[in-house]
Amino acid sequence: MAKRITIDPITRIEGHLRIDCEVDNGKVTKAWSSGQMWRGIEKILEGRDPRDAWECTQRICGVCTTVHAIASVRAVENALNMEVPLNAQYIRNMIIAAHGIHDHIVHFYHLAALDWVDIVSATKADAKKTAQLAESLSDWHLNSYANMKAVQDKLKSFISSGQLGVFANGYWGHPAMKLSPEVNLLAAAHYLQAFDVQRKANQIVSTLGAKTPHVQNLAVGGVANTINMDSQSTLTLERLMLVKTAIDELESFIKNAFLIDVGAIGSFYADWTQYGSGITNYLSAPDMPMDTKGTVFEMPGGYIKGGDLGTYKAITSFNDEYFKQGVAESSKHSWYEGSEPLHPFKGETEPNYTDWQEEGKYSWVKSPTFHGEPAQVGPLANVLCMAAAGHEPTTRYLNGVLGTVKALIGVDLPLTALHSTIGRHAARAIRTGVLYESLKNQWQALVDNIGKGDVDTFNQPEFPKGEIQGFGFHEAPRGILSHWVTIDNGRIKNYQCVVPSTWNAAPRNADDVPGPYEAALLGNPVADPEKPLEVLRTVHSFDPCLACAIHLHDDEQNEIIRVKAL
Amino acid sequence: MNTLLLGVGNILLQDEGVGVRVVEEFQRRYLIPEGLDVLDGGTSGIDLLHHIANREHLIIVDAVKTGDPPGTVIRLGGDKVPAFFRQKITPHQLGISDVLAVATLRDEHPKNIVLIGIVPLTMETGLELSTAIAAKLDTLIDRVLEELEARGLAPEPIANGDAAA
Repeated sequence: MAKRITIDPITRIEGHLRIDCEVDNGKVTKAWSSGQMWRGIEKILEGRDPRDAWECTQRICGVCTTVHAIASVRAVENALNMEVPLNAQYIRNMIIAAHGIHDHIVHFYHLAALDWVDIVSATKADAKKTAQLAESLSDWHLNSYANMKAVQDKLKSFISSGQLGVFANGYWGHPAMKLSPEVNLLAAAHYLQAFDVQRKANQIVSTLGAKTPHVQNLAVGGVANTINMDSQSTLTLERLMLVKTAIDELESFIKNAFLIDVGAIGSFYADWTQYGSGITNYLSAPDMPMDTKGTVFEMPGGYIKGGDLGTYKAITSFNDEYFKQGVAESSKHSWYEGSEPLHPFKGETEPNYTDWQEEGKYSWVKSPTFHGEPAQVGPLANVLCMAAAGHEPTTRYLNGVLGTVKALIGVDLPLTALHSTIGRHAARAIRTGVLYESLKNQWQALVDNIGKGDVDTFNQPEFPKGEIQGFGFHEAPRGILSHWVTIDNGRIKNYQCVVPSTWNAAPRNADDVPGPYEAALLGNPVADPEKPLEVLRTVHSFDPCLACAIHLHDDEQNEIIRVKAL
Repeated sequence: MNTLLLGVGNILLQDEGVGVRVVEEFQRRYLIPEGLDVLDGGTSGIDLLHHIANREHLIIVDAVKTGDPPGTVIRLGGDKVPAFFRQKITPHQLGISDVLAVATLRDEHPKNIVLIGIVPLTMETGLELSTAIAAKLDTLIDRVLEELEARGLAPEPIANGDAAA
């Protein structure tokens, strides 16, 4: 008989997400994804100066600060048909790349890995064997026996203290946990080391952005960094060299730990290439503009239909009509008025809460479509589009991960194995490698351009009388993000953000077609409905981020998760 | 560098952002003395790890829900702070409780933690504090000053600091 599971909220994500599943014979047969928060934050922007919008939008979420800032300045620049100085593009691109690297590392090690890695099991490992395995996989300098032993002792004393802290609420000992104690210890060691590595990436953002967590250097028309190789208060050679050092330090971890770990853990969970594909229409934005107009991009993006890379159609500029005309959002199953899909420029946000209705409205998230179809977004979409476009670094890192799997289990995984839960993790690591190369290239492009005597970083925006509209997109860590703005006499009249998790966490659309989370969960195994670890694996593989709204400390509600099996 | 004054919260949700507003106002009114760092943490999680790591003193200002009437100011110290943060429900991927737990795991936990909290009146979408909570900014800043003075830190007022507010 079918059982119902409600997981509310899903933890180790940003925002409040509820997932309901119907489970029959150990498999998910139906799923519903429900965003449990209403933001309406765009309303704050109405009537404000478009030059200030980015400072507000970067407060939407504690994780995606810079990405909303970038999309916002691009949207306003698009409305004004502005060009952005080359130096400003390169500086922004470096912030984008460094933030993306930081975000992907934190997601894999600190948010998602605990679905696959059993921390308690790691305490039972033979640390010598762990070190041998680690040293056979790569020459990462912290893979020695001494390091593995120290990590294991640390975990033992931490767990025996009774305060599990960050490791509380894990499904330790769950039958779906398949790694040997030795591999668990290896992953745990890199989990700990990754805290230092993510900081290196963040240092790049703070050096260029003047501050973290909220950057201060953006401006509609460019960046506020002034370049002067002699002055202390500006972007100097010394600061650029600091950035270069941090870039070099990231390289080793990305290549010798992250990419290897994803290949190794993926090998032990190769059955998870069979689950979690769901929607195989993939949408991603080109990014890292290399010219002032946004027509040449270092990282390509576009649209793939039905998982067939031959259908790839590129998005080619910041004015791309194919993208601009393709986006619509339906509220048929969302707690808003109306049901017909509307273009973001015509978007409405009038709440109509009805309670959770299986066949009716059940989410605060709208359901977006691209030319009438649901689309999956995120690193997998990005990697597949870049591979389809023949992007060399992407192909190289992709082959590297597939090579690790082949070396470990002797299996030649086809590209189609990526359409899966584990494939999304592999794609995130591959994209991190690509972002590292981009970061290095952008740094060099900036230094070369300054060397030519160009120190421009800003073009003054001028707002015309009357109404103008613009859109800005950005390939953020969780996928394509777009901001849509209508400006009237220099003031914001309407503002809409179509965020990556709106695409992925979408409820059923106007044609009642399920969204990517919902579709990906179908056929997903569930060994124990009381401990639905496998459901979390697939949902976490998307890196959900339901734009943070509430942060209040509450000592009245102690219930952390409701896992209800009916 | 031994003491961190950290304001947290979401400024897009009115009183939810009171911790950030206190820190902003503090920076408008006072010169930051040596030995003190002041940070607007927004709604960040893991980004805060290296800011709080190995601090002698961590003073957090935040909105808190205690069941007391709106505007009630509370102070929690010692072990009660991590315990308090553990009880709360957080919609964040890694909230402050998790970041403190990671600091413990890494042997970087701040030695002394104090939480100055205030019960919010409204958390509707909006950039402004409610009038009732805005009226408590002076009280909150006084409480922060008391904590700093108890730690031997005496921030000097900026001339005409109030005028800039």
